[in-house]
Amino acid sequence: MKQFFYSLVTVVTIIAAPLRADIDVQEVTSPLGFKAWLVEDHTIPFMSLRLGFKGGASLDRAGKRGSVNLMMALLEEGTDDLDGRGFAREVDELAASFNFDASGDSVSVSARMLSENRDAAIALLKGAVAAPNFDQVAIDRVKGQVLSILQSDLKDPNEIAQTAFNKAAFGDHPYGSTLSGTAVSIESLTRKDIQNAHRDTMARDRVFVSAVGDITAEELGALMDTLLEDLPETGTAMPERVEFGLKPGITVVPYETPQSVALFGHRGIKRDDPDFFAAFIASNILGGGGLDSRLMEEVRDKRGLTYGVYSFLSARDHAELVVGQVASANDRVGAAIDVIKDEWARLVNEGVSQEELDVTKTYLTGAYPLRFDGNGPIANILVGMQMQGLSKDYINTRNDNVNAVTLKEINRVIKDVYLPDDLHFTVVGKPEGLE
Amino acid sequence: MRFGLRLAVPVLALFSAPLSAFAETVRWDDQVSTFNLDNGMEVVVIEDHRAPVVVHMMWYRAGSADEKPGVSGVAHFLEHLLFKATDTMEAGEFSRTVAVNGGSDNAFTSYDYTAYFQRVASDRLELMMKMEADRMVNLRLTEADILTEREVIIEERNQRTENDPGALFGEQANAALYMNHRYGVPIIGWRHEMETLELEDTLEYYEQFYAPNNTILIVAGDVTPEEVKELSERHYGPLAANPDLESRVRPQEPLHNAERRILFEDPRVAQPYVRRSYLAPARDSEDQKTAAALMLGANLLGDGQTSFMSQKLQFEEKIAVFASAFYRGTSLDDASFTTVIVPVEGVSLNDAEAAMDRVIAEFMEVPIDLDHLNRIKRAMRASEVYAKDNVQGLANRFGRALTSGLTVKDILVWPDVVEGITEDNIKTAMRDVLNKKSSVTGWLTSGAEAVQ
Repeated sequence: MKQFFYSLVTVVTIIAAPLRADIDVQEVTSPLGFKAWLVEDHTIPFMSLRLGFKGGASLDRAGKRGSVNLMMALLEEGTDDLDGRGFAREVDELAASFNFDASGDSVSVSARMLSENRDAAIALLKGAVAAPNFDQVAIDRVKGQVLSILQSDLKDPNEIAQTAFNKAAFGDHPYGSTLSGTAVSIESLTRKDIQNAHRDTMARDRVFVSAVGDITAEELGALMDTLLEDLPETGTAMPERVEFGLKPGITVVPYETPQSVALFGHRGIKRDDPDFFAAFIASNILGGGGLDSRLMEEVRDKRGLTYGVYSFLSARDHAELVVGQVASANDRVGAAIDVIKDEWARLVNEGVSQEELDVTKTYLTGAYPLRFDGNGPIANILVGMQMQGLSKDYINTRNDNVNAVTLKEINRVIKDVYLPDDLHFTVVGKPEGLE
Repeated sequence: MRFGLRLAVPVLALFSAPLSAFAETVRWDDQVSTFNLDNGMEVVVIEDHRAPVVVHMMWYRAGSADEKPGVSGVAHFLEHLLFKATDTMEAGEFSRTVAVNGGSDNAFTSYDYTAYFQRVASDRLELMMKMEADRMVNLRLTEADILTEREVIIEERNQRTENDPGALFGEQANAALYMNHRYGVPIIGWRHEMETLELEDTLEYYEQFYAPNNTILIVAGDVTPEEVKELSERHYGPLAANPDLESRVRPQEPLHNAERRILFEDPRVAQPYVRRSYLAPARDSEDQKTAAALMLGANLLGDGQTSFMSQKLQFEEKIAVFASAFYRGTSLDDASFTTVIVPVEGVSLNDAEAAMDRVIAEFMEVPIDLDHLNRIKRAMRASEVYAKDNVQGLANRFGRALTSGLTVKDILVWPDVVEGITEDNIKTAMRDVLNKKSSVTGWLTSGAEAVQ
């Protein structure tokens, strides 16, 4: 067994009480009824603001795949008063920064702005969020950029693997296709489609807000009302649930490149499942970052078969899976896959040891408070928690939940969650010995 | 082998070294302090007391450009190997110890530096120093480490470079730009040389460059200079300097007097483009103005959608999907200034390159848009406010600059230098750089499209 403590215990006590995330979250309700989580910190004269709208790119209408993603890319391309370059000039003028992003479960807005010109920055941001003009010239230009990215994706082994795996796993559900759309769907999008995507996704009934930094609760309330009052009351219906549909086995997508990329996985566990914390710890032991995982140890450290291998629990809003990735030279990827399968089986057959459990708990509980690192990252975490339906108290109880998992419990949960016979590998490249 | 000797000295020094009574701490402002240890280690402390966290970074003034010919990739290979065993720690134990303490750790190698860092709760700082000091001198590599880890770095090269035609193209373009300097050799190494890297190669590099007088220690976060001083003297102070460390004089570029062109074809290329790199002066301790002017010039010419190239090529002529210019001036020796144009479908690389040349020429001819220049300067001032929110970013800024021949003062006055740059400064600096005879123009294509 490993002796990783022995040389240092004499000097420094290694396992101490984990640091607590010293984060004071206030729940703010604006005069118009918008809610936000706020962490006030007046040390540096700026604040980070984050808006998350649940639903995201999975709300694309039938035949309009890519419309939400394109819409988000167009928010900074002009408002009722300014064209795209005018907007960019104003943002620079205020030394603010705005980012607009689309993912499968949400669309989000991340902004940071100086205290000295916050009102002007919010007025500008409001133009983008509530009154984008989706000018046809901008639509055509940004379409060109998306098409260029799509073309590149068709020749990127990672993207090819992702696309093939998702299609096979989720079929016609939005999770089964890339949120950027296809050349055909993008070409067909009209200005009307973009406006629909905006109205469908960025509505008051699905927005979550957080702010961190130099702002008071009262100021934040007024700010939210200004920023969000013109958004539609409701958006479109949320997508349906979908079951992971990929059968066990190996699929090879032939592609001429020296290193094969393999994606692998099977069905997973819901975020609100009572067994989630146990599964989460097991996932870290098998394929997580931070501590050298079993997969990294066996595939990389002992055998030099890859630069990186990982696996994790993906608990999305409408489906959940256990998923992982590895990349190895074409003549070695078969060996890497064998080791991964063996480790999956060993995890289920032998379980984890008390020592692995303890060390992983120490890592996870110690690392948690370190995530609350700077205004932007904290704002991001706070919106993520709200979207997952967690209470602000979660920050204080999360480590207790990790620590409460027993050896018996984790080894029972592993047998439910990890399914060696269900693993499917999608391999892109010219893998030797695989068909 | 000088190992034994260097190992022996610290034990002695532990009891005999004077506790640096003369090494005075310089407080540059309310955030940054510096001092030196007697063995030549430079220490920078960047304070941020908002959260009980520190970043502990060890920067070596040694990167891939300090390698001797024939062993390209050895600096990066050694970086991987520093996570293997020492006299008192097992392979992998370093990272595992950081992790069980709730921290994260990693390392990176560049042309001019190799750096190792950990992010941990501030009460674990001493443990980090103890372990980092240990692996600076006590590494115990085996043949088995070499054989397995060499496969890992080759897979890393596969992943980063061989599987990405854009990266292969960049590698060839760099090799053409630098005719004599090691910047022309990829950091990860040429594949055929990586395959033959041996234990002795890594040890030679380790013995030559891994010593306290070749390092900069940066500690950023919830600590005071007094704490860092005490702990660093305790753990790093006993390490012996390497008296044979030579100054970093590396082969320099000759006069460039021939325009170079490369054509890179790969069927995996989805989006052809043209990239031109010009040899350019680096940010220099005696003259930061030229670099500041080039940085502002690159911003005006090709950073973001309000830039000159973007306006002309993307918005007006609609000939490019993307067009940009950038200058990375923080390097020990000559840097580069690069422009890129990604044409829209149906526009040939030939026409795209001609359009890029025309727009660059026009930029040099017309007066600089002063509103634009002022917006950029204002954004740079504001970025100093935002930078305070990320001490790891600040630590990186100091590490990169200090390993590139700059001083703490250079770093701290940089915003003022940028502020003082005039449109004349920009034009003059750019005129000197935008000389095709010291440039490489590269076309990246799938080989399917007609190149002329």
